[in-house]
Amino acid sequence: MIKFGVVVFPGSNCDHDAYHVIKHVLGARVEYIWHKDTTLRLFDVIILPGGFSYGDYLRAGAIARFSPIMPAIIQFAARGGKVIGICNGFQVLLEAGLLPGALIPNDHMRFRCQEVYLKVINKATAFTSEYSEGQVLKMPIAHYCGQYFADDDTLEQLQVQERIAFQYSNSSGEVNVATNPNGSKLNIAGILNEDKNVLGMMPHPERAAEQVLGSLDGLGIFKSLLGKD
Amino acid sequence: MWLAKVVVSYKEGILDPEAKTIQKALKTLGYQNIEELSVGKYFEIKLNSNLERSDVEKLVREICDRVLSNPVIQRYNYEIVETE
Repeated sequence: MIKFGVVVFPGSNCDHDAYHVIKHVLGARVEYIWHKDTTLRLFDVIILPGGFSYGDYLRAGAIARFSPIMPAIIQFAARGGKVIGICNGFQVLLEAGLLPGALIPNDHMRFRCQEVYLKVINKATAFTSEYSEGQVLKMPIAHYCGQYFADDDTLEQLQVQERIAFQYSNSSGEVNVATNPNGSKLNIAGILNEDKNVLGMMPHPERAAEQVLGSLDGLGIFKSLLGKD
Repeated sequence: MWLAKVVVSYKEGILDPEAKTIQKALKTLGYQNIEELSVGKYFEIKLNSNLERSDVEKLVREICDRVLSNPVIQRYNYEIVETE
């Protein structure tokens, strides 16, 4: 059975949410991974959770990227291991160079904690196979530094190689300036690496995996990873 | 001792909402002649005096490229002086 690992950095605060969803909602195997470890036990999926690793000092994710565990995670990803970075975890993946671009402060300079709608742009990935193309998901965002930026060449590459996983939209799936909560280029909410085994996203699927929290739409990501068997 | 003074700021073309907000506030206060304003982060790094200036420069650049700046969105400049 598939085994998840959730990395704990000093300042992570969504590690428990992710652990809870995987263990108690999904019923899958999961273990925490301490940031000071230098080797990984056998995992199929590694999650870099949300939070404020190292107080977001310097830049969000900039210090966590040099954590002792990171070389092992970079190696894990290079061998095709699946990695998800959520919110602060996305910032870490960008700083580590596992994904292209950067996240800068929201264009309106405010911390946004709200529910948003996401459109599934690529369903043909290990993270999104439970969804249908163009499906609209409801999930919360909670960030100050979530404006996705990349130069025009990178953005074109992301589009051509179908590496945009999710875009911010409205409930009917329209993607435009009005449905962009932070000024992200192309309304990007989540992207994939070239081999599509690394996903980074600002919205929180682990906070949208139980009806009592208002949405089940995030569960699909975790279910997709379990596979079809 | 060597003292490296490093400033890291956004590259041109990256919209910095913080800088824009400050610029707008200054305009509101009546400072009409401000053409452009940018915000950066300032670092002071003291280094061992046994190093040659060229080594200090090499080290500072390496630190800036690897850690202090994110080359996707930021640029940096530095000044190296001898100090007590």
